[in-house]
Amino acid sequence: MQPETAFARVPDEALVATDPPLLYPDYVGTRLRAPREPLVLLPSSLSELTGPVYGDGALRETDADLTRQHAGEPLGERIVVSGRVLGSDGKPLRGQLVEIWQANAAGRYRHAVDTHDAPLDPNFAGCGRCLTDDDGTYRFTTVLPGAYPWGNHPNAWRPKHIHFSLFGRAFPERLVTQMYFPGDPLFPFDPIFNSIPDERVRQRLVSMFELELTQPDWALGFRFDIVLGGREPTPLEEPHDD
Amino acid sequence: MTEIALTPSQTSGPYLEIGLIGGPTSNHLVDDSDRRAIRISGLLIDGAGDPVPDGMIEIWQANAAGRYAHPADDREEIPVEEEFTGFGRSATDGTGRFAFVTVKPGRVPWADGRLQAPHLLVGVFARGLLKRVATRMYFPDEEAANAEDPVLVGLEPEERARLVARAEEGELRFDVVLQGRGQTTFFAV
Repeated sequence: MQPETAFARVPDEALVATDPPLLYPDYVGTRLRAPREPLVLLPSSLSELTGPVYGDGALRETDADLTRQHAGEPLGERIVVSGRVLGSDGKPLRGQLVEIWQANAAGRYRHAVDTHDAPLDPNFAGCGRCLTDDDGTYRFTTVLPGAYPWGNHPNAWRPKHIHFSLFGRAFPERLVTQMYFPGDPLFPFDPIFNSIPDERVRQRLVSMFELELTQPDWALGFRFDIVLGGREPTPLEEPHDD
Repeated sequence: MTEIALTPSQTSGPYLEIGLIGGPTSNHLVDDSDRRAIRISGLLIDGAGDPVPDGMIEIWQANAAGRYAHPADDREEIPVEEEFTGFGRSATDGTGRFAFVTVKPGRVPWADGRLQAPHLLVGVFARGLLKRVATRMYFPDEEAANAEDPVLVGLEPEERARLVARAEEGELRFDVVLQGRGQTTFFAV
């Protein structure tokens, strides 16, 4: 029986894709985890126009400097990672909680499940948090993560990356993503990076080396700007030539 | 000059606990000792029926009076609670189980002014999910409100039943099935 006020439903693969599709078989992990039923298109109510807010006092000063969280210094190339968090209207998002996690310089996560035969670093946990300032800017000091092998297919390696988590202004704007480094030779072989169908969109996840962000005699600098907005679902248009 | 174009999603991967568990977030939205406290737990299940041991569930909800801790909810007549953020996170454990301690939210309006039944917004992250998927959890002791909830009435009866938690041994049980038979209904929001 048809419900009295049925919502529209749309298969995930028919949505215009800023984001990757749920099912991307080259990334083996999606095969048994990607929902296959069409998504229910829900109009926004107050529940979707709101979302968590964090303020000063939520964090410690060393949360944004991953090289100063232990007694000694971590090994690896010290880097600054900074950028602006903007709304889709181009306005800076202030007071946004930005959370990051990453492998150490040898390509090993401090996590029980990571059994890659590379050394742990007693001076590196790989976890950082900060709030954006009035200009929407966040800034972390960390070390360049290493590439590492994973079990997706024979001789699979992940490009160097840092995981990012952001909230946006409301529940639909929540984003978890990964930031990559310019010129990584592993890009063509990584199904997670290539799950984003549009090459130009994919490039938005590649940070830029920026000399102005470097700290002389101390750390190289990479810029990664982030734009958050509702994922307004729009059915895919027929291909056409512009 | 930044190009104003949305940043795409990538999977949280299997090590999300490193960055996302701890710090300012918690799976306790209120203390265990709060007399209003309710306990919610469930399993995150994949398409083979196996538990997902490396996932994370997030919840977003109004306070017990039905007000969101967010500037867009400016209904001054409903009290805010300074200590209640409305947001919770739980990693799944080795058995795929997640758990929260919170309060039952009050009713909040739908876009047309009708009241929604008490509900939580639920976000799911895991290795193998290239982007978050979102659903809702409703309460089993709210039959009248559920029967007129604008979201639930728009779903098939079996979908509706899966979005309502079950009362079980003093807890609410809410399983999330990512794929296959009995898949949870997910929303594009």
